[in-house]
Amino acid sequence: MAEPMLRLDGVQTDIGRYHILSGVDLEVPRGEVTMLLGRNGVGKTTTLRTIMGHWRAKAGRVLFDGQDIAKVPTPAIARMGVGFVPEDMGIFSDLTVEENMTLAAVSGPLAPARRDRIFAAFPPLAAFWRAPAGTLSGGQKQMLSIARAMAEERRLYLIDEPTKGLAPAIVSTMAQALRELKAEGASMLLVEQNFAVARALGDRAAVMEGGRVIWTGAMAELANDAALQERLMGLSVEGA
Amino acid sequence: MSVQSEAAPAHRPTIAALSPRDRLARAAPFLLVPVLVLLGFALIGSVPTWLTLTVSGLAMGMMIFIMASGLTLVFGLMDVINFGHGAFISVGAFVGISVLAALGDWTGAASLGLNMAAVLAAVMAAMAATGALGWGFERVLVRPVYGAHLRQILVTVGGLIVIEQMIHVVWGPDEIFLTRPEMLKGATLFLGAAIETYRLLAVAVGLVLFVAMRLVLRRTRIGLIVRAGVQNGEMVEALGYRLRLVFIGTFVAGSALAGLGGVMWGLYQEVITAGMGEQMMILVFIVVIIGGLGSVEGAFIGALMVGLLQNYVAFLAPKLALVSNIGLMTVILMWRPEGMLPVVRAK
Repeated sequence: MAEPMLRLDGVQTDIGRYHILSGVDLEVPRGEVTMLLGRNGVGKTTTLRTIMGHWRAKAGRVLFDGQDIAKVPTPAIARMGVGFVPEDMGIFSDLTVEENMTLAAVSGPLAPARRDRIFAAFPPLAAFWRAPAGTLSGGQKQMLSIARAMAEERRLYLIDEPTKGLAPAIVSTMAQALRELKAEGASMLLVEQNFAVARALGDRAAVMEGGRVIWTGAMAELANDAALQERLMGLSVEGA
Repeated sequence: MSVQSEAAPAHRPTIAALSPRDRLARAAPFLLVPVLVLLGFALIGSVPTWLTLTVSGLAMGMMIFIMASGLTLVFGLMDVINFGHGAFISVGAFVGISVLAALGDWTGAASLGLNMAAVLAAVMAAMAATGALGWGFERVLVRPVYGAHLRQILVTVGGLIVIEQMIHVVWGPDEIFLTRPEMLKGATLFLGAAIETYRLLAVAVGLVLFVAMRLVLRRTRIGLIVRAGVQNGEMVEALGYRLRLVFIGTFVAGSALAGLGGVMWGLYQEVITAGMGEQMMILVFIVVIIGGLGSVEGAFIGALMVGLLQNYVAFLAPKLALVSNIGLMTVILMWRPEGMLPVVRAK
């Protein structure tokens, strides 16, 4: 099997005195969407932040395309081609939408073709292009956050709860945009609480519990096995 | 539960016009300076006196802004409280005044060109010295205490004391009196008021600096990074920018500007002491706080208000002059607890 785009080997992360990740093993295959699932507080966000270098793993390896990035500074990780959408969206609210996008295109001006594609996926961003990002609604901020990750060619996307707290119509806009990214062959690691979105987008799933990945497999397998969901996540999704 | 397949409705949003009340709230900080100037006129009554005090207040405010502008960005970017900033003001003044003294032929000549060349040389030397000092200060003292406010205060106050004592060692313990270059000494008569030439120069320098800073912060990528970094430094790094380098650059630039402010304040007062920077820091901190931490525009408005108020009050009620700025800070913070133009943090 080809080297995965991202592989975590026994990653342990502490925040202060708390052991949050106690040995995470995880693979994100190339060109596939891996859903990171699990209850609140099991370490999904911490896993993403550890990959990004915001928090440092005290043990284990984080291999990005075969290279260990566990000690690489965050800006260098980003420039290796990792697009990150944090849970809090990380919008610069005093900057305009345009300025947010300008900053996101690290290696030069935002390509017009890319901008048009982003406008097509997220029409409100075109309408509010010159407005301060702080005036956007929650859903529009989330669009901007994902659009920033799409401002350049990335080799890996790390996206934390893109549909959290959004209205159903906006959720479907997000899902559509992510589906298009997926169709282009992007490698993605997505944290998602909305199981319907997860099953629609995911190729593979990894379920976390207590700071570890306790189950990995095909998303379809998890989606079609209600008993397994119940056992892994305490979920019981009607009709799932 | 299923993902809906229809896309979000096409957005043609309209932005509602702001109500007059909202408009006023948004513009209020920018209106405070003109309002203060008009209020001063109403209370003083005499045009020449009012004009003299106003120009004097604006000049003082501009110089305070020059000293405060770097500090507010340093605080906004990395949450660093730097009490050592005052030392850069003093060092700048001593280096600059030494250069001016060495260029006595130029400053004594009745030629505006030679006088300005001497001042420019003094300013360059002062900014180079304080910029370099700031770089060392950040590396040795500030870097080990990131994220620890109490330690930052202790360490930077310590640095301030050491640098002040070093000034005593190099330049001696006494205050140094000086005279301004020949062409900057006089005053211009305007509407019956005598306006000192040097004050006009100070106002011009402050305005140019403010406009230049705004242009850099709004129109350049590095400016965007600084503004974004003040709001959410972690995300700036996650986009691929090395915030530490940006911060060091800002720290050095801010220190150099403190040096510039020191030279200008020294020429204004016509006397310099090792403790002058420390004394100015009280006003500088007031300005940074009422402006809103991290906001250059806020610091600008705050500095002008402090300068104007100090001059008006010193004329109208001399006994209140010392408390006027603390009073101003109290009133502003009761109105807007985070300062006039708080930088919205996404942290």
